[in-house]
Amino acid sequence: MNEILYALSGVTKAYGRRTVLAVDDLTIRRGETLAVVGPSGAGKSTLLRLLNFLEPAATGTISFGGQTIVGGDDAPLAVLRRITTVFQRPVLLKRTVAANVAYGLGLRGQRNTQAVVAKILDAVGLSHLAGEKARSLSGGEAQRVALARALVLHPDVLLLDEPTANLDPANVALIEQAVAQMCREQGTTVVFVTHNLFQARRMGDRVALMLDGRLVEVGDTDAFFEHPVDPRTAAFVRGEMVY
Amino acid sequence: MRNLSIFIAFLVFLAGCAAPPPPQADAPRLLLATTTSTRDSGLLDFLLPDFEQSHGAFVDVVAVGTGQALKLGEDGNADVLLVHARAREDDFMAAGHGVRREDVMYNDFVLVGPPDDPAGVGGGGDAAAAFARIAQVGAPFVSRGDDSGTHTKEKQVWAKAGIDPVGGWYVSAGQGMGAVLTMADEQKAYTLSDRATFLARTLEGTHLEILVEGDAILFNPYGVIAVNPAKNPQINNQVANQFIDWLISVQTQERIKAFGVAEFGQPLFVPDSQLWRERSQ
Amino acid sequence: MSLDAALLEIVLLSLRVSGFALLLSVLLGIPAGLLLGLRRFPGRRLAVAAVYTGMAFPPVVIGLFVYLLLSRNGPLGGLALPFIPSLFTPQAMILAQTILAFPLVAGFTMAAVGGVDPALRVQVRALGASHWQATWAVLEEARGGVVAAVAAGFGGIISEVGAVMIVGGNIEHRTRVLTTAIVLETGKGNFDLAIALSLVLLGLAFSANFLIVYLQGRSFDP
Repeated sequence: MNEILYALSGVTKAYGRRTVLAVDDLTIRRGETLAVVGPSGAGKSTLLRLLNFLEPAATGTISFGGQTIVGGDDAPLAVLRRITTVFQRPVLLKRTVAANVAYGLGLRGQRNTQAVVAKILDAVGLSHLAGEKARSLSGGEAQRVALARALVLHPDVLLLDEPTANLDPANVALIEQAVAQMCREQGTTVVFVTHNLFQARRMGDRVALMLDGRLVEVGDTDAFFEHPVDPRTAAFVRGEMVY
Repeated sequence: MRNLSIFIAFLVFLAGCAAPPPPQADAPRLLLATTTSTRDSGLLDFLLPDFEQSHGAFVDVVAVGTGQALKLGEDGNADVLLVHARAREDDFMAAGHGVRREDVMYNDFVLVGPPDDPAGVGGGGDAAAAFARIAQVGAPFVSRGDDSGTHTKEKQVWAKAGIDPVGGWYVSAGQGMGAVLTMADEQKAYTLSDRATFLARTLEGTHLEILVEGDAILFNPYGVIAVNPAKNPQINNQVANQFIDWLISVQTQERIKAFGVAEFGQPLFVPDSQLWRERSQ
Repeated sequence: MSLDAALLEIVLLSLRVSGFALLLSVLLGIPAGLLLGLRRFPGRRLAVAAVYTGMAFPPVVIGLFVYLLLSRNGPLGGLALPFIPSLFTPQAMILAQTILAFPLVAGFTMAAVGGVDPALRVQVRALGASHWQATWAVLEEARGGVVAAVAAGFGGIISEVGAVMIVGGNIEHRTRVLTTAIVLETGKGNFDLAIALSLVLLGLAFSANFLIVYLQGRSFDP
């Protein structure tokens, strides 16, 4: 549980002239669940895209499993395929629900995936919709399909970008349970971005606060909430930060 | 993914039909650039199979105006030309574009028009006078307007009449003879046509009548020209020469004389090669 | 040769020429449309403007261009290389029609893939897609538009007369296709045959488009 999976050093990311992310130092351990909290525009989503190696960092290095990896178009496919992201807005393919869930397996050359797809759909409570067009689903159903599509891959790293924003409590509970179960059974490393401090506290082993692209504080969950070091963290957990 | 693959397979199937048709055996091909009149009258369909069988070569006929036919020869895009514009043929030879020219046959041009003949030119034997009268009356006249041999001849007649044909009555069609006859029929207009195409079109249901014929200026000789092979190595001068020898032979000339008699009651073309003339004397 | 045999010959040649030209323009036009629709590179705007211009190009102008190119007096025809088609051959017609159909296929493909949510590519990359797999996924999302692109290309060339007349020369048994035969028979006053040929052409254009719409509606919609 203590092995370091990600090590970020001096990582920045800019869009145009605007620097949206500047992380001097961050390590993520294999098997832990890290919750990233912070206001909108703090760079949380950018951090996830870098952790999935979908984009290159402007400066600095990200090592993954001891290897320095450059993200973007040239990222090694073998590394890319050990990580996956569930985005805040699920983008489903113009196919059936089952075909969407099987998609990532197909990319990896796996055939005859009906059984595993059926099992995962059952786990997220969507068995009855397997043959439906994915684009006809409600928001909560679509997000569960997106989660199933990620879980079925058994990734080493699961990145979640506000996966339960705008969902009703039943769907939130279902998704949280599915993720927690997978961590337990497979030792998956999870980084999830959330606005919801209660969710961060429920699910995170550690919690990180981001403000204006920078990490303010990273700590074990209890310490983060009970004895925050940085005054801005203290204000944030008390709900007193105005942004 | 499979569905798109099926679609692509369908495209490949289309392409399977689409592999360019194989050239029939390795038989030599002769590209004959000619005027529309020889094709549209049916003469070439009547004559060419005999050549193709006896010489084992295929003749590809590109039927265009005489202007474009001569241009095709000039650019070395055709092997042999069959055209009717004597003065321009002579220029063509003088410029070194052709290596051999032979008389083949003639037909004649006729001034045709609507049966009610609004300009009252019917029965005359003077083409220029008839043209002048049409211009004077302002009766509609459809010109080929395509730089063809027929168009060239028409301009000669206008020149002889001393008239520059302009005005709403003068329609420059820019089309082949058959199309111009159809147009003249529809618009109750006069036009100058070669006899062969006129007879063929009349059989198919146009209502134009011959109003002026037999004037010497309406004489329409056809010549065959072998394009200069020095233009490029693809020009097939050997088969072109065989084709010319065959076309001017007495046997083929007999067939030219016979063409159309059964259908129209009169020959459409009059054989006129050197060999034919010598034989007749 | 009977009328039916002559008609069949003309129909088959039309399908061969336009089918092969369509295949070539699809093989070139879909990748070009993907490139223009998905990538940003210097000169892209210029290329897009060129494609849009090409979509509206008059066939006769392309015909004249190919004619001058392939003429034995011209820059390519003068080389007399074996893989360069001669004038008045089906291959020359295929070349002209490929040039005509290419911008149609590329332009419609570009519009179709450009309309796909850019987040889709990021999403499938995050699910482990290689570049090719991601591009394919975008193409599949845009399949309706891509099929329309192919239909537009086919419709554009099966029914055009200007280019094939100029570069093909309307040679019987060799380069005479439906449209040039219609022009010829109309000029000769053979309206019966011209009408028959026109009906066949209409039928072909309709069948091809129907087939494409059918494929689109049936096996492409999940």
